Amino acid sequence: MAHVYDLIIVGAGPAGIAASVYAARKKLDFLVLTGNIGGQVTWTADVENYVGFQFITGPDLVGKFEEHIQKYNVPVYEDELLDRIEKKDDTFILTTRKNVFSSRSVILATGKRSKELNVPGEQQFRNKGVAYCATCDGPLFYGKRVAVIGGGNSAMEAALQLLSIADKTYLLTVNNELYGDAILKEKIISAGRVNVITGAVVTSITGDSFVGSITYEKNTVQNSLPVDGVFVEIGLVPNTQYQSGLELNEIGEIKVNLRNETNIPGIFACGDVTDVPEKQIIIAAGEGAKAAIMAGKYLSAR
Amino acid sequence: MKKVTVYSTPMCGYCIRLKQFLDQKGVEYETIDISKDPSKLQELVKKSGQMGVPVTDIEGKIIVGFDKQEIVEALGI
Repeated sequence: MAHVYDLIIVGAGPAGIAASVYAARKKLDFLVLTGNIGGQVTWTADVENYVGFQFITGPDLVGKFEEHIQKYNVPVYEDELLDRIEKKDDTFILTTRKNVFSSRSVILATGKRSKELNVPGEQQFRNKGVAYCATCDGPLFYGKRVAVIGGGNSAMEAALQLLSIADKTYLLTVNNELYGDAILKEKIISAGRVNVITGAVVTSITGDSFVGSITYEKNTVQNSLPVDGVFVEIGLVPNTQYQSGLELNEIGEIKVNLRNETNIPGIFACGDVTDVPEKQIIIAAGEGAKAAIMAGKYLSAR
Repeated sequence: MKKVTVYSTPMCGYCIRLKQFLDQKGVEYETIDISKDPSKLQELVKKSGQMGVPVTDIEGKIIVGFDKQEIVEALGI
């Protein structure tokens, strides 16, 4: 029989990191399984509202997170993606793509990821013209033609960033107008050089080795737009694709109560993957701390 | 010591994390910032067959993304 840990924490963004710090200080026998350390914070440019740091970049904050858990020698298994959780008697069996682990309790802090368009060509041209972060990958499109897909704040911000780099910038939204902050809309309009195409449903991404064009449908007409880059900025989805039997809300977030309990006793959840109102680094961290305290109480009551 | 080149952009989170990791391990490397020299993009594409960053060239071994394990193996550290 494999070793049964007290607790397994899945995810190492702010929620998982905070849970780890608390679990370590409670001297629980636990480990962390995660795709990477940092989660969404890694691609956050500037953080100016996490107390104790008047200004820090996302990657630097992740560095601080990592130092903090290293101090407690927290065992972190990176590149471990969760496939399913099963409960056998009082033990949870966590199967990842590579390993199987067992524990008496679980904290899920798996966060969110960029939503994909789900159109033909998107996977094939990922990193070959298709990108999900304008701040990161924008400079690779100097003098080229790019299309930003989405109509919210992140899409408008991406278009404004790309405007100074790319030769031609398009902004395509399925809605009949841009939504989001008025100030961004004004900037887009006054810049004049962002070609906004509303009511456009992207249907495919095509090219040879790299992106060459996208097709979209507008008013039942199929159109083709030659571009070298496609930036997908249509929001985020919770990482709850694993099998678990957990109760989710209508947008796939794990339902939790004030004590971070899910519908399955022994499984706790925290941070952006849950239905907690407001997604912020500091809120995720607070929720992670709370989840670890609750998991500790759950373990000592049994 | 092996020759290491990192292709990056200034605001790319994983580029920064990768360089932090190399600094921690005491590995010396050259950084190519594509935003400062767009002509280097061709070099990146030629080497890696794609255009995402970071890309690390460790004496001809090309690693796309911040893949700690592959980097450690390629460096033999």
